[in-house]
Amino acid sequence: MRVSVPERIRHLLDIESLSAEQIAALLDQSKPFQEIQRMPLKKLATLRGKSVAIAFFEPSTRTRISFTTAAARLGADTMQLQAETSSLKKGESLLDTVYTLEAMKPDCIIIRHSASGAPHFVAERLPVPVINAGDGTHEHPTQALLDALTIRDRKGRLEGLHVTILGDVLHSRVARSNIHLLAKFGAHIRLCGPPMWVPRELECLAPNLTRMPHLEQALEDADVVIVLRVQLERIHEPALPLEEYVLQYQLTEARLRRARPDAIVLHPGPMNRGIEIEPAVADGPQSCVREQVTNGLAVRMYLLYLLIGGAPMDSPGAAHAAD
Amino acid sequence: MLLIKNGRVVDPASGTDATLDVLIVEERIERVGPALAAPGAEVFDAAGLVVAPGFIDLHCHLREPGGESSETIETGTRAAARGGFTAVCPMPNTRPVNDNAAVTRFILDRAAAASVRVWPIGAVSKNSSGETLAEIAAMQQAGIVAVSDDGKPVATARLLRQAMEYCLPLGLPVVDHCEDPSLAAGAVMREGPRSVRLGLRGMPAATEAIGVARDIQIAELTGGRLHIAHLSTRASLELVRAAKRAGLAVTCEVTPHHFTLTDEDVTYDARYKMNPPLGSRTDREALLAGLADGTVDAIATDHAPHEPALKEVEFDRAPFGIIGFETALALALEQLLHTGRISLLRLVELFTTGPARVLGRHRRLASGEPADLTIFSTELEWTFRADQSASKSRNTPFDGRRFRGGPVATIVAGRIVWQR
Repeated sequence: MRVSVPERIRHLLDIESLSAEQIAALLDQSKPFQEIQRMPLKKLATLRGKSVAIAFFEPSTRTRISFTTAAARLGADTMQLQAETSSLKKGESLLDTVYTLEAMKPDCIIIRHSASGAPHFVAERLPVPVINAGDGTHEHPTQALLDALTIRDRKGRLEGLHVTILGDVLHSRVARSNIHLLAKFGAHIRLCGPPMWVPRELECLAPNLTRMPHLEQALEDADVVIVLRVQLERIHEPALPLEEYVLQYQLTEARLRRARPDAIVLHPGPMNRGIEIEPAVADGPQSCVREQVTNGLAVRMYLLYLLIGGAPMDSPGAAHAAD
Repeated sequence: MLLIKNGRVVDPASGTDATLDVLIVEERIERVGPALAAPGAEVFDAAGLVVAPGFIDLHCHLREPGGESSETIETGTRAAARGGFTAVCPMPNTRPVNDNAAVTRFILDRAAAASVRVWPIGAVSKNSSGETLAEIAAMQQAGIVAVSDDGKPVATARLLRQAMEYCLPLGLPVVDHCEDPSLAAGAVMREGPRSVRLGLRGMPAATEAIGVARDIQIAELTGGRLHIAHLSTRASLELVRAAKRAGLAVTCEVTPHHFTLTDEDVTYDARYKMNPPLGSRTDREALLAGLADGTVDAIATDHAPHEPALKEVEFDRAPFGIIGFETALALALEQLLHTGRISLLRLVELFTTGPARVLGRHRRLASGEPADLTIFSTELEWTFRADQSASKSRNTPFDGRRFRGGPVATIVAGRIVWQR
C-alpha cells in the first residue's frame, strides 16, 4: 500500500486548515532538526544565500530570537523589522510595509501582528511564503507544533491523551492552535479558566472539547497540562483581580497531584511565576518548559527548510558542518 | 413627453399590478392607463419589465463634504441611479457634520446637479457628539427629512428624549443606530462561534437589542416618531413588532447584506466588516420573516463607501461599511421574490411606500405625481462587477455575484437619468 504524500504547504498561516496527515508529517520531519540542537556544531549551509524577513509588528523577544536563530542555523540571512523602530509608528500601512519588505526579495516572511488575520492578509497579496508567528487572538501555529513535538516525545503519542488547557483561552492564540492540533489527533481537551475567558462558543472549535470551570476537576487524570500566560499587559473586561485568578486557577503542586503521576506541564512562556504557575511546578520534574524552547528551534528550522526549499539534502546531517 | 409602454405597473399605494402605460409630461405623471397614445412622445418600451414608483433609500453615506476620496454627491447619486433609486437620504456624519443649515444647504447645492434627489438627514446633536441638540428646525427649513447621529447611537436616553419631544411638532422622525456602547467597544464582528474561531472581537446580538429597547421606551414616553436604522437581530425585530402592536410610532429598516449574509460568511477580508455586523442564521431568518410579515418598513442600503486604501488593511483596523446601491434590488429579488417569500407588490412597497411612510410622505404612481419611476426586470441575468460601479469605492462582498433581475432604467422628474 502506498502512503499518500501530504499536500505540500506553501505558507504556515494556521493549524486549523492543516490535515492531521500534514501535521504528522511536519512533526516527523522536524525530528532530525531536534538532533541538530544537540550537536556541538549546530550550523548548516542548507539555506546559504537565502534570506528571511522577520517582521514583528508586536513586541516579542523569545519568538523572534527563536526564528532568528533557526534561520541562522540554516545559514540564511535575516532582515529584521521591529514595530518600535519601523515606519509603522509613522502611520505606514501594513500593505506598504510588506511591499517594501517584499521589494528586498526575501525567500520567506515571518509575521507577528496584533491583528488576527494579518498574516493571511499578507499571504494573499505576496508571492512569498508566509509563516504566522502569532496573529492577534487567532493562532500561533509554530507554538502548537513545538508543543505537539514535546508531548509526543514524552508521551509517545497524541491520540487519546487527556489535555487540560488552563487560563484565558478566549484571547489565547496558543490555546487556539493547540486545540485545533490536538483535536485533529483525537485528544480529549478540557478547557479551564475564568468563565468569561472560556465561553461556550469555544466548544464549536473542534470535537472532543469540554469546558470545566473548576480546576481540580479539569486536572483529574490529565496527561498534559498546558498553562497559558496571564497577559498582564492586556486589559480584560471586566478586569479580574489577580488575587482571584491565583486563588482559583494557579497551577500548584497540590493541584497537579490530581493529574496522572506522569503528567507533563507545558507553558509557552514567558512565565509569570507565582501567578498562573507555582514556581515549584515551573521548575519541577513534570515541567517541559525548556524542552519546548529547544523544540521550537527544531520546528522553525524545519519549516524554513520546507517553505524556502534550500539545497537538496537526504538528511540534515549530510549538509551538516559544511559552513 | 415620455410614454412608457406595456410595462407591468406595480403601485403599492393603490394595489395596482397590471400591464399599463404611463405618460409623463415634463416633470409629472400625466396619465396611467391601458393603451395610451401620445403623438410625438418619446416611447420607452417596458414590455416584460416592472414599472414602479421611484425607489427611496433611507440610509446612505455620500461622504461629501469631507470624504471626497471615497465618494462625492455626484458619484454616489450616479451609483444610486444605477441601483434604481430616485431619492436617497445621506446620513449627517460628513466632515463637517451636517448639524446646521449651512451644511444642509451646501449638500443640497451640490445635489442640484446630481443624478437623483438628495434628501439629507441632519444630526440630532451638535457635531453628533451627544451633548446638545443640533439646529434641527433651521436644518428642516433648509431641507432635511429626518435626524440621526448615525455611526453611533444617540448618546443618552435623556438626549434622545429631548430630540423626540423637540421633533414631534416638526414632524421629523428620529433615526437611531442602536447599540450599547460598552458591549460594542472594540468589537469588529458579531460574537459567536465564528468570531471565536477567527480570534476577532465580537459584539453579542444583545448589543443592538439593548439600544432598541431603550429607544422604544423613549418613544413610548414621548409619543415621538422613532425609526430604527439597519436593524439586524431577531431580538430587535421582536421588540419592534411588540412596539408596533402597542401602537407606538416605531418603524425600522433592514439592509440587503443583513438579510443575505451571516457571520459564517465573515473572513479576514474587510469587505465583510460592517456595523451592525452580519448576524447569525437565526437573525437572518427572522429578518426575512419580518420583511415578509410587514414588521420591517423599508429596505435601506447603508451604502458606506470607503476608498480602497482604507479597507485594504488588517480587519481590526478597517472602517465599518460596504457600498450597496447597485446590488440592493437584485439581492432583494434573489432573497425575497425568487424564493417566494414575498410578492412583487410587497417588494416594491419595501423600496417605495414603506420608506416614504417612515418620512411621513406618500409615494404613488398616479396622475399628478412627480415623475420619479424605477423600471426593473425580475429576470434579467447579469453579473455585478465592483470595478464597473459608479461609486468611487469598491468595498463590497458581492463583487462578481450573478443575479437574476435588477434595475433597467431610473427616471427622476420625468428624465431618464440612467438606463442599462
